[in-house]
Parts: sequence; structure tokens; C-alpha cells
Amino acid sequence: MIAPFNNAESVGNSATAIADREIAIACRGIVKDFGDGNTKVRALHGIDVDVFSSELTLLVGPSGCGKTTLISIIAGLLNPTAGDLDLFGMKQSQLRGPKLVDFRAQSVGFVFQQYNLLPALNATENVAIPLLIQGWKRPAALKAALSALEAVDLGSRAEQRPNQLSGGQQQRVAIARALVHQPRLLVCDEPTAALDAVSGQRVMELLKKVAVQPGRAVIVVTHDDRVFGYGDRIISMADGRIESVENRENELNSAGKREES
Amino acid sequence: MNWVAWKMLTGDRAKYLGTVFGVAFGVLLISQQTSIFVGLMRRTAHAAIDVRDAQVWVMDPYQQNADEIKPLSETDLNRVRGVEGVEWAVRYFKSLARAKIETGSFRQVFLIGLDDHSLIGAPVKMLDGSLANLRRPDAIIVDKSGYEYLWGKEPIRLGRTLEMNDRRAVLVGICEATAPFQTFPIIYTRYSQAVQFVAGERKVMSFVLAHPQQGVTPKDLSTRIAERTNLMTKTRTEFIWFIVGYYMRSTGIPVNFGITIALGFIVGTAIAGQTFYLFTLENLKQFGALKAMGLSDRRLTLMVLLQATVVGLIGYGLGIGMTALFFEATSNVTALAGFYLPWQVAAGAAVAVGLIIVLASFLSLRKVLLLEPAIVFRG
Ligand SMILES: Nc1ncnc2c1ncn2[C@@H]1O[C@H](COP(=O)(O)OP(=O)(O)OP(=O)(O)O)[C@@H](O)[C@H]1O
Ligand SMILES: [Mg+2]
Repeated sequence: MIAPFNNAESVGNSATAIADREIAIACRGIVKDFGDGNTKVRALHGIDVDVFSSELTLLVGPSGCGKTTLISIIAGLLNPTAGDLDLFGMKQSQLRGPKLVDFRAQSVGFVFQQYNLLPALNATENVAIPLLIQGWKRPAALKAALSALEAVDLGSRAEQRPNQLSGGQQQRVAIARALVHQPRLLVCDEPTAALDAVSGQRVMELLKKVAVQPGRAVIVVTHDDRVFGYGDRIISMADGRIESVENRENELNSAGKREES
Repeated sequence: MNWVAWKMLTGDRAKYLGTVFGVAFGVLLISQQTSIFVGLMRRTAHAAIDVRDAQVWVMDPYQQNADEIKPLSETDLNRVRGVEGVEWAVRYFKSLARAKIETGSFRQVFLIGLDDHSLIGAPVKMLDGSLANLRRPDAIIVDKSGYEYLWGKEPIRLGRTLEMNDRRAVLVGICEATAPFQTFPIIYTRYSQAVQFVAGERKVMSFVLAHPQQGVTPKDLSTRIAERTNLMTKTRTEFIWFIVGYYMRSTGIPVNFGITIALGFIVGTAIAGQTFYLFTLENLKQFGALKAMGLSDRRLTLMVLLQATVVGLIGYGLGIGMTALFFEATSNVTALAGFYLPWQVAAGAAVAVGLIIVLASFLSLRKVLLLEPAIVFRG
């Protein structure tokens, strides 16, 4: 077990509150360089941060500060140049090649800014993909996908193709797809950036309500200060470094906590 | 995931048809141009192809093709007949002649004179009239295209006449014949008759046709006759290739057509390969998303290969179908008569398309496999 790393934990949090929480992901000294020689760019300069299960973590900061790079590493899409990454008790350095691919298939859900739905598949079929990747039979996968779609209030759009859906609806389909296989980690990169304010709020509410579950860590990268209120915890980055970590005890959170216990 | 691959391929109807027809068009270009070339070359050897009942051709040792002929003598025929292993040997006459029809208009024709007794070398398929009537005085048989060259679209009427070397000839039948390279009518008649249809030369025996006895191969017989007589001999197949070879070497056809075929090949394979490659490129983002979501390289490879196979097979089927249809539709066009899609060409096109699709999917796969899954987070 890794001890919680309290970098810049802001006031207003008792030590016990932190100790209660289960660490999903622990980053220690994560460095990421792109390119080499003259063109080398250091995108992350030794990141130390923890992400907890059962809550929604916002990752914020100016453009180019390394948010996408960090979640790509956490989600097993990129390997760090240096540092230790602990994913649900497993060392990332031991998850290489096929094991890493497997980890993504089993344990990670993805939500992208551009939705990345397959245009040729209808909503249900798109949602079924993670299950098909896991080797489910098609009928069972489609059935589970339909329930997942219903959970994001899109049961009535099950047969529609992405181009027949609004941006907000497409993003909700993408959320259903990211959750259908019950991943332990959900990473969302700017999920509201392509949406208008109302659809954006709707997406965030959905993430808060449906995605955050006991045992699941949810990380949302965002620029959008209108959605800051949805975070249980806000990690701010600047220039490839963690600037501050803020734990929020807002109404929503305490309400959520009460329901759980 | 194969089902997803299938959906990705066929989901966008327009793109799917575009890709498949790209391949089909490539196949059409390759197979149609090659078939026409093969057909043209075949035409140069029409006379040899149409003699199916004799296995060995005997000719002057300096002969280069089937059209410029130095005739043999009666002695030559007898010498051939004397060679051990010859079942029979007969005269065969082939020459250009001028035929004048009722209206006075005339055409150059191929005149073929068959051995009076055996009619060896006679047309295999009669379309009208009967071969037996060739034994009647002045009788001739004309090939179907030839009838059209002579009399246009007039309905076939047996018994009509034409004139060659001021002698009357009576049409007793219409036959099918391999179209000659030059679009001349082919007129069959008996040897004794043919001699009178051309202005008198002393020696007129163009070829001797020989056939081996049971147990002797055409090749053996050919070698034997050549040794005993110092004449040139060819088996039927050799003679066909001999003629084709001559035209390949000494005319501009192969060069010109070779260029056309090469272009057809390059354009065809480029279209086929590129459309598929572009298809994968356009879907790269989707493959990236699948890869991010944890789809293994092995299964991604299978998806691309499945798509390639489907595109290749359907595209090939359509393309070959279009070629076959083209020749079918033009089979009644006199100028294109006798052109068809040889199975060797179909097989060659299959190999070419197979290779190009393999290459295209290899290149596509490289793209897909080298793809950084992290690009899914980039716009
Ligand atoms: N593949 C790459 N090759 C080279 N440099 C890269 C690559 N990916 C990211 N970078 C660089 O790393 C830094 C961090 O990029 P990153 O995309 O993580 O920023 P971000 O915080 O997500 O920005 P934004 O808010 O604009 O999405 C940037 O300077 C970027 O140019
Ligand atoms: Mg980013």
C-alpha cells in the first residue's frame, strides 16, 4: 500500500477524511519527455499526486500545462519517461505490452472531447464496443449496452447513428460506452469543451450521478470553470507541475457521501 | 469485433461502394486490356487455331509466319507421306484472294483450300448450310463475320455467288471461324477449286498437314518429319506460338499494347490499392479509439484483413464480372468478335489484385499498428 501523498492539500480537510479514502492511483515523480535531442520537450516535471476512488477529480490548468499527457499516462496510453505509477495496487511499470492493453480494456473507460463514436454503428452498438472488446457475445453485449444507454436517458435513441444525435447526446452515448463495462477508472478529456453551456451541465451532472460509484475513480480534465462545482477534488496544474490540490466539501458531495454510507 | 469491422466497412454506403468500385475498376482495366491483347494475338494465329484435326504443320524451312508463304511441291507431300509414323498427310492451301460480289464491289479475302477427299482443316461449327455441300462444284463456305464484310447486314442467303479470278463461286454455308487479325472474310473451298480462284502459280501447296499414327506423339512426328525431309515442322501448339511470336517480335502491337496494359495495370492496381489504403486512413481515428479502449493489435489486424478480404473479393468479382459482361455484350459486334476473357487473364488479375490488396493492407496495418493510442485525446 502506498501512503497518501499530501501535496498542498488545502485546509478544511481533516487528516481522517483523507485516511478514510481509498487511493486508486498514486503518481510519484512522473516525468514525461516528448522527442529527443534539440526537440525534446518536458511535458511533465515530476508529478506527485493521488487520485481517490469513489469521487470526481477535476484536473485543471492552462492550455499546454500537461493535463492530457498526465491522464494519458494514468490511463495506460502513454508510458512515463520516469517515475512510479501505482494503478489500483499494480505497478504500471509491470504492465507492459499486452497486459497494458488488457488493463485498458478491463479497467478504463474513456470519454473524449470529440466523442469518437463509430459513425457506422448506432448508439447501442457503439456502447457495446468495450464489451465486444472483452469478448462478450454480441446479443449479450447489445442487451447490456441498451441498459447503459437507458441509464443516461437515451433509451429512446438506441437505434440512432451518431450523426442523427446532437453533440450533447453523442457525449452521453460516449459516457454510456465508457461505463458499460464497469471500469474502475474513468478518464474524460474536456468532455464539455465542444458543448454549449446547457449540454455541458447535463454531461457533468450525469458524470456526477452515474459515473461516480464506490470503487471507481473519475478524472475529468477541464478548462471550463463553470463545471468546477462538480469536483470533489480539484487538481490544478501549471507548466507540467502540480500547483495545488483542493478538496471540496460541497453540498453535492456531502449528500453523495451520506447516501453511500 | 469482426462484426464491427464489417459495419465500419459497409456502414457508409457511399464510401463502401466507392472503395469496392475502385477495386472493381482496377480489375476491369487490367483484365479487359489484357484480354483484348490476348485476343488480338490469337487472331494472328487464326488459321492454325482453326485447324483442329491435324497435329503437325509442315512448311518451307524459311517460313516466318502463316501469311507469307513459300509453297511446297507434290514431291514434298509424298516425302512427308513416306515418313514412318505418319497416319495421313494432306494438302492445305492458304492465300489472299480478291472476291467480287454481285454489285461489283470487292474485298480482299483469306482463301483456304482443303484436301478434296478428306476436307481436313474444315470449319468445326457450321451456322448455316452444310459442310458436305462443299463438295459441290464451285462451292464455298464463308465465315459469319466474312459474310457481313461482304454483304453487310443483309440476311444470310445461301446460293448467292461471288467471283474470284473471274470464276464463279457459290455460297453453300456459313461457318464460325476465329477472326483473323486483318478484318478479312475467310472463304473455305476445296483445294482443287482454290487453285482456280487465284491467278495461276505453278506451286500452290501452302502447307502439308500431317497426323501421327496411334502411339506416336505429335512432337515425335514433327521431329521425325523435319529430320527426313529438311522441311520445317511444327506441332499445332508450336505453330500457334510461332505465329504469335512473329507478330510480337516484328510488329508494334506488343509495344503499344504492352504500354496500354502496363498503364492499365499500374492505374488499375494503384486505384485498387489506394482506395483501400485511403479507406483505412480515413478510419484511422476510429481504429485509434478502439486501440485506446483496449483492442489488441492482433484483433485490429484481423479487422483490417477482414475488410481487405471483403473489398478484394467483392471488387474482384465485380470487376471480372464487368469484363465478362463487356465481352458478352460485344460478342455480336463483328469487329470485336472472338474476344473473350481467358481464364489465365482472370487468374492473373486475381493475383495482381490479391497482391495489391495485401500490400495496401500491409501499409494500412502499419499505420494502424504504429498508431499512438494517445492520439485519441488530441483533436
Ligand atoms: N506527442 C507529443 N509530441 C511532442 N510534444 C507533445 C506531445 N504531446 C504533448 N506535447 C507537449 O506537451 C505539453 C503538454 O501537452 P498536453 O496536451 O498534455 O497539454 P494540455 O494541458 O492537455 O493542453 P490543452 O488544455 O491545450 O489540451 C505541450 O507543451 C505539448 O506541446
Ligand atoms: Mg489536453
